[in-house]
Amino acid sequence: MKYTTETMLVGLAAFLALLGAGFAADEPFRQHAYVLFIVLALATIVLMRRIDFSGDKMIPLRADGSGKAAAGATAASEGTTVAYLDEVVRYGVVATVFWAVVGLLVGVVIASQLAWPDLNIQPWFNFGRLRPLHTSAVIFAFGGNALLATSFHVVQRTCRARLWGGNLAWFVFWGYQLFIVMAATGYLLGITEGREYAEPEWYVDLWLTVVWVAYLAVFLGTLVKRREPHIYVANWFYLSFIVTIAMLHVVNNLSMPVSFLGAKSYSAFSGVQDALTQWWYGHNAVGFFLTAGFLGMMYYFIPKQANRPVYSYRLSIIHFWALIFLYIWAGPHHLHYTALPDWAQTLGMVFSIMLWMPSWGGMINGLMTLSGAWDKLRTDPVLRMMVMSVAFYGMSTFEGPMMSIKSVNSLSHYTDWTIGHVHSGALGWVGMISFGAVYHLTPKLWQRERLYSLRLVNWHFWLATLGIVVYAAVMWVSGIMQGLMWREYGEDGYLVYSFAETVAAMHPYYVMRMLGGVMYLAGALIMAFNVYKTIRGEIRREVPMGSALQPAE
Amino acid sequence: MAETRDVDQITGVETTGHSWDGIKELNNPLPRWWLWTFYGCIAFALVYTVLYPAWPMINSATGGLLGWSSRGQLEASIEEAKAANAGKLDEIASLGVEEIAANPELRPTAIAAGKAAFKVNCVQCHGSGAEGGPGYPNLNDDSWLWGGSLDAIHTTLEHGIRYATDDDTRISEMPAFGRDGVLDRTQIGDVAEYVLSLGGRSGDEAAVEKGQAIFADNCAACHGEKGEGMHEIGAPRLNDAIWLYGSSKADIVAQVTAPRHGVMPAWGERLGETTVKELTVYVHSLGGGE
Repeated sequence: MKYTTETMLVGLAAFLALLGAGFAADEPFRQHAYVLFIVLALATIVLMRRIDFSGDKMIPLRADGSGKAAAGATAASEGTTVAYLDEVVRYGVVATVFWAVVGLLVGVVIASQLAWPDLNIQPWFNFGRLRPLHTSAVIFAFGGNALLATSFHVVQRTCRARLWGGNLAWFVFWGYQLFIVMAATGYLLGITEGREYAEPEWYVDLWLTVVWVAYLAVFLGTLVKRREPHIYVANWFYLSFIVTIAMLHVVNNLSMPVSFLGAKSYSAFSGVQDALTQWWYGHNAVGFFLTAGFLGMMYYFIPKQANRPVYSYRLSIIHFWALIFLYIWAGPHHLHYTALPDWAQTLGMVFSIMLWMPSWGGMINGLMTLSGAWDKLRTDPVLRMMVMSVAFYGMSTFEGPMMSIKSVNSLSHYTDWTIGHVHSGALGWVGMISFGAVYHLTPKLWQRERLYSLRLVNWHFWLATLGIVVYAAVMWVSGIMQGLMWREYGEDGYLVYSFAETVAAMHPYYVMRMLGGVMYLAGALIMAFNVYKTIRGEIRREVPMGSALQPAE
Repeated sequence: MAETRDVDQITGVETTGHSWDGIKELNNPLPRWWLWTFYGCIAFALVYTVLYPAWPMINSATGGLLGWSSRGQLEASIEEAKAANAGKLDEIASLGVEEIAANPELRPTAIAAGKAAFKVNCVQCHGSGAEGGPGYPNLNDDSWLWGGSLDAIHTTLEHGIRYATDDDTRISEMPAFGRDGVLDRTQIGDVAEYVLSLGGRSGDEAAVEKGQAIFADNCAACHGEKGEGMHEIGAPRLNDAIWLYGSSKADIVAQVTAPRHGVMPAWGERLGETTVKELTVYVHSLGGGE
């Protein structure tokens, strides 16, 4: 593979970024353009080092020695002639682990800031700027890379076809990393649209649109040239996730920049319409990014890891179509008791309630796939992780419709209960299924006999599970307490507590929540260590999982 | 791969006859309980949309059979709250603060209402428990800058302190004895020692003696001969243990050199007469008197 064209393009982009910094209309844009310039300049240098300028034809230095050449050959083990593009998946797995640690670490930091406000370091590291950094790092960087890596892996295996578009998959991977870096540095510089989960400004949004269209092209192209007669269910979910996120992203970010060399833009919508657009986006980011995408992951990795057939094909069809049809309407439940007209609030609520069973269809299919293989949970902590993730998925997709009921919402809205709900979904479902996929993929992708240590996976499992339970339970208590304190009226009909008193009352729960986060982060660090050791080809000599119980049988 | 009959050995269920990367799918039917719960949710949704505002039409949406609306619910609950205190609020509006505080019927209501208003408007400076902080008076003690009677508190609340946009605001200014060169550093140190001695805290007899004379010439006019303070001009009492800007000698020297002057908003127009009266009765109940 030659890098001359790529190098020139990235170098040119770096130069344009420098021009952007020079002619910037405002200070934040100037700083952000310098960040972009530095990133692209470094990328140019890295790329240039890979070019051999000595030969006549500029043959890449390590064309044969590196993993690249080997990547094409891995498919031989599949017993077919398909040469899968696995290197990009390997990069994706490493990126997933890296961003998981970063995102969780920032989470622990902001949880500590809530408990001890003195930890706010102005201006770059205050809660207001770190909070979107945490949500984006976890959802888009960790979750997004997990989806990228697994979708590229799954679509190739279940279509028996190499990724379409040659190096386009590499563009998607690196383009997406650039999006993450630009979004994250923008937050720290104070550049934000102020739209939850859609904070990046217009120029970063435009870049993500380009990357996302390329992602769609790679995925669809691979589906089109598949060598299987049918499209596997995991791919339906991945495709619905990619298509819907494209639509949501474009519509919610319609805005007019103040200057084409400035950071600030104004939304195309205003007032309650803007709020509704935002929560149509926000809720479906949860629905299609964090649910549909990860269901795709679940539908491949659980049957694979359990080595059992999927429980019900019919259920997978019905719950897929029901899920994607119903989810898209449920957004208004984020705007109960606001300026949003009552009828729209009602529809948001009833669609959320109808969504309960379609969501649970995925849980049933995941759990029942283990019928005949439940004993594996004792010896396989990776499978146990996946099953726990499906259990948390079931719990939070019951909690969600319940919280959308107006009378429940009038208590839960704006409180920590919502935060707890999101985290039982994000830590429990999204996190655990991604960890399971990483553990499944790492030995396969690097052709290792097995993971470095299954005992460490077991440690990760228990730390993560305990961390989530602490987190969610503490947020239930503090959220419900908070909601009750806000609406506590005395005998004469006057409010009993000031807002500051409700904040003070939550301090102990904030400390406990932070500890739950630390446990979860510790588990992720163990995973990073385990994955690193596995990639290095080391195998820990240890007593096999579950063997301690053997004599009793 | 071929579309032939294929039965899973463990469960005895037929598969769909296809395999992707080794993954097969069983041809199990939809679980009954799942299906019926799904139908139940849809039925609930349909019934709910008939009862409540839901279906968008051309100009507006269906209003629902129950006639419910979120605005209607809000208005009803406000009416209910008003009805619960019916009469009392009118009486509070018409009576003076002395009469309200003396009335056993009205006093608890006024205190509850004042407390609620306090928690929204006053805690930011005076603290959740009205305990104050450096520069912000504690309202629980029996020391008052501008007077602790019901009327004095009422005036302070209504017109504020040094609040520029209110013509009747309470106003006074202590000269900057150090910054403006009225007293030199030694003199300020001496007078600070004397002020400390008013509370029995000075150890430097010589300085106290010199300071006493300076105090009599420069400070006693407002703070009183023995530092007892003066409510009319908000001059703090100096011979007790309660200090607005700190009690150390350095704090006193700083205040004499270049005094800080607190500002409090005039709440009369913002909150309305009734709420200000309720606040007055509440604050008076904390530490009022003198």
